[in-house]
Amino acid sequence: MKVIDLVEEFDLKVFSGKNGLDREVGQGYVSDLLSDVLGNAQEDSVWITLQTHQNIVAVASLKDLAAIVLVNGLEPDNDSVEHSNREGIPILGTKLGTFEMAGMLYGSIKK
Amino acid sequence: MNLEYTFKVEGGNFSKAGVASSDVKKVLKKLNVGPKTIRRIVVSLYEAEINIIAHAYRGEILVKISENKVETTLKDSGPGIEDINKAMEEGYSTASPEVREMGFGAGMGLSNMNKNTDKLEITSEVGVGTTVKLMNWI
Ligand SMILES: Nc1ncnc2c1ncn2[C@@H]1O[C@H](COP(=O)(O)OP(=O)(O)OP(=O)(O)O)[C@@H](O)[C@H]1O
Ligand SMILES: [Mg+2]
Repeated sequence: MKVIDLVEEFDLKVFSGKNGLDREVGQGYVSDLLSDVLGNAQEDSVWITLQTHQNIVAVASLKDLAAIVLVNGLEPDNDSVEHSNREGIPILGTKLGTFEMAGMLYGSIKK
Repeated sequence: MNLEYTFKVEGGNFSKAGVASSDVKKVLKKLNVGPKTIRRIVVSLYEAEINIIAHAYRGEILVKISENKVETTLKDSGPGIEDINKAMEEGYSTASPEVREMGFGAGMGLSNMNKNTDKLEITSEVGVGTTVKLMNWI
């Protein structure tokens, strides 16, 4: 399962970080607390969050996460877009809420 | 081999956070340090850097990389920590509402640093500042 497969399956918007779309996804994590992600997320995870500022890209990069998914129609800050393009870590988006998105990704990744 | 890097950190400026950890990550990758060890090192460094930004006024980071270890000293001018043991407890945080809104302030940073370092030393003087020393074998 690659990031691009999730984008296609769930019609996710690709805001930035296109270079990372071929990356393999192994896991998922849901949290809006950055230290929680730093402490508990597994590498190669997709990370579902409501946070949109550029520190999410720093956290994703330091933890070797595969992609970030913003829910509820949220959009990344400009800084986040730049940083994500530089790091090649995709920021994706959906109008769905956290519960629905997490459920769908779980079903797909754990298959 | 003896590499040294210094970085300046500005309190309150979250938009510049993560520069030190990102640079150190690149260096360690070039030195072929394992990904798990790199993650441990940069997570602790990032948490310590964010703590200066979130809780202090300004600070300096000195990273020393040698054959077998990475030693980092983060020294800040700031309010200091009155009770370090209490601060280490998971969930304890004095972060402001603005900082919490950004998703910081879970009170997990120091415990993440503790878990991800081979040695962690914190000294602090109230009203003066805090010094954090991180050490990892590589
Ligand atoms: N450099 C520092 N200067 C002053 N106080 C600090 C410093 N670092 C930590 N503290 C104090 O210790 C508390 C706990 O720190 P810790 O990093 O564990 O959590 P946090 O920064 O509040 O939240 P999180 O790290 O989860 O975003 C802080 O809320 C703060 O009161
Ligand atoms: Mg902290």
